[in-house]
Amino acid sequence: MSGTQTTYNDKVVRQFAVMTVIWGIVGMLVGVIIAAQLVWPELNFGPWLHFGRLRPLHTNAVIFAFGGCALFATSYWCVQRTSHARLWGGPLIPFTFWGWQLIIVLAAVTLPLGITSGKEYAELEWPIDLLITAVWVSYALVFFGTIAVRKVSHIYVANWFFGAFIIAVALLHIVNSMAMPVTLTKSYSMYSGVQDAMIQWWYGHNAVGFFLTAGFLGMMYYFVPKQAGRPVYSYRLSVVHFWALIFTYMWAGPHHLHYTALPDWTQSVGMLFSLILLAPSWGGMINGIMTLSGAWHKLRDDPVLKFLITSLSFYGMSTFEGPMMSIKTVNALSHYTDWTVGHVHSGALGWVAMVSIGSIYYLLPRLFGKSEMYSTKLVTAHFWIATIGTVLYIASMWIAGVMQGLMWRAVNADGTLAYSFVESVKGSYPFWAIRWLGGVLFLSGMLIMAYNMFKTMAGGKTQDMPVIAPAGHHA
Amino acid sequence: MSDFVSDFWNLYVVAIVLGSILFCVILLVVQGKATFTPGKTMGHVWDETLEEYNNPMPKWWSWMFIITVVFAFVYLALYPGLGNFKGMLGWTSAGEHKREVEKMDAAVKPLFDKYMAMDLKAVAADKTAMEMGKRLYLTYCMQCHGADARGAKGFPNLTDADWLYGGEPEQIKETIANGRMGVMPPHAQLGGDTIKDVANFVRSLSGLPNDATRAAKGKEAFTSAGCVGCHGPEGKGMHAVGAPNLTDKVWLYGSSEAVITETITNGRQNQMPAWKEFLGDAKVHLLSAYVLSLSQGK
Repeated sequence: MSGTQTTYNDKVVRQFAVMTVIWGIVGMLVGVIIAAQLVWPELNFGPWLHFGRLRPLHTNAVIFAFGGCALFATSYWCVQRTSHARLWGGPLIPFTFWGWQLIIVLAAVTLPLGITSGKEYAELEWPIDLLITAVWVSYALVFFGTIAVRKVSHIYVANWFFGAFIIAVALLHIVNSMAMPVTLTKSYSMYSGVQDAMIQWWYGHNAVGFFLTAGFLGMMYYFVPKQAGRPVYSYRLSVVHFWALIFTYMWAGPHHLHYTALPDWTQSVGMLFSLILLAPSWGGMINGIMTLSGAWHKLRDDPVLKFLITSLSFYGMSTFEGPMMSIKTVNALSHYTDWTVGHVHSGALGWVAMVSIGSIYYLLPRLFGKSEMYSTKLVTAHFWIATIGTVLYIASMWIAGVMQGLMWRAVNADGTLAYSFVESVKGSYPFWAIRWLGGVLFLSGMLIMAYNMFKTMAGGKTQDMPVIAPAGHHA
Repeated sequence: MSDFVSDFWNLYVVAIVLGSILFCVILLVVQGKATFTPGKTMGHVWDETLEEYNNPMPKWWSWMFIITVVFAFVYLALYPGLGNFKGMLGWTSAGEHKREVEKMDAAVKPLFDKYMAMDLKAVAADKTAMEMGKRLYLTYCMQCHGADARGAKGFPNLTDADWLYGGEPEQIKETIANGRMGVMPPHAQLGGDTIKDVANFVRSLSGLPNDATRAAKGKEAFTSAGCVGCHGPEGKGMHAVGAPNLTDKVWLYGSSEAVITETITNGRQNQMPAWKEFLGDAKVHLLSAYVLSLSQGK
């Protein structure tokens, strides 16, 4: 801090931004490894590097390490600037950074060792769950503390989404992780049977809804208008789609349990709320893409905007696909197949990763005292490689998924199954190879980004920027 | 049966489901009535440049929202969803499954009836029947007996001429329909030395290399310890109790001295599940014929 002037706390943003790229590479590398293991099963070396243990490591690393760091970085940047105040919370701020990194390292150690609670996307055992709770509560205090000391009366729309994401994830994490510890590395879920499954998917789908959607919509609402230099398209649209989104997402979980022991009424409710979700989800896409109306030409030579707008297109596509897949008759074909995997990745690569990458490219030069990235050409190259990788990934999984679903349900004239399971595995190999290639491309893009990032950081001055007075005020 | 422990939860679900959908409608209507000034901002500025236009929501988007809400209300009237209310169509997933199974059963019945009326040897000689049998085998049997039906350790090879419970058509059908419980009792009480003797004797029965002195002692123990009760005085086994023939080259668990010692010391327990209840007579009949066909000519 210099003299009397308050500055933004960008140190923590810098830390999280750099770690976003690092953990992105780690998480996607593990993804590429397990994709390769499906094509070449010989690559399963011993229990520690087996698919069954690396798969949760991949999901945890990309969602919580890569996605989490991106959300921390962008929300901390956004909340300070749209509140016109320095980040509140003192020692809690570095605690959120170091605590989150410790959680990631603990995950990377315990999951390959086979220490797991067995709950999808919530595999970490109870001591780590407690640490997550502590970090998350600190995050909430820092975020809402900063909102509380804001210098403008209105709270900017991006912060609604970041705020909803922080509150909902706290709720989801605590309820779903309730367990009875037996030893330091083993616990049993507090729930059993179909209730356990329902709690798990209430958590699982809302992890998608709040962690991977609401949080990243917050990111979108700051970086898209900033990079486009245009106002958000419609304030009312953001009000309606925000409240409708957070209200309906909470109910969509049962669509993961169609045609199971879950009562029929619960399955119906899950399906209907998933369908109602279509419009609230698209509200975010419309508001983002229409923000660019009148400035479409900027897409031509601004790769950051390319990333942001393409991410919204993938967001719109996967939030159309999701409600369709939640319809029971469609789900009867798609469930348990690679179609689900493709759907998740059109959201994960196309939406979450691309909007994060675009936002981090926006931040990096500003964080390290540069006017632009070391190489804009490399950003453009990254964009095209990532887009091709994503398309290869989701197209191959669509084909594989529909093929598997059709093979599993095909019967002969005598009512016997036309194909054994292993025949559908055999038929999937070419598509798994294409998926692996798509993953390799996406990972390559991240390596280019890391190179570009370190070159941008080199010799940069990390001077903290003064807090800007709200419009209409004089500092 | 109700899914709820009390009527409170039923009403709670109904209220929350309807309330949440209505909330979406009210939100859309109330916000849609705001005064819009297209192309003008709301007048708030954050971080120097961030502003919001006061544009209305796109009409097509609002209609899409309404359509999904209307669909939800209609669906909730027709299908289960509002707590204990079963829906006007009376649909259940269990009922749908039952109807699909009945439909399929009715469709394939004539085909299976035709083979039910034939004896197993005739079915085994029918090309179409054997194609069906193979598909049934690959669905229900290959997990244990292998895709090639040659079995694995503890799971009998079905392609040879050796049978634990007999290879006559009716014996095979009995095995598939009602299952088998294979028990070799443990004989640890004989002591390690005697067990080794018996193991050598057992190996001698099928001409495997053995310690002749031990085998001679083992022969006595084979009788005195009661092995003959099941395996017979010549060690040729007994179909009635599923006791294996020890004089041939077929080994369910392995023929090394160590494995045989393990078998004698700790015994073996094995189970072929009963399939009649699950598959029904017609499929058991076809599978029996298929298994019969596998070893024909051997």
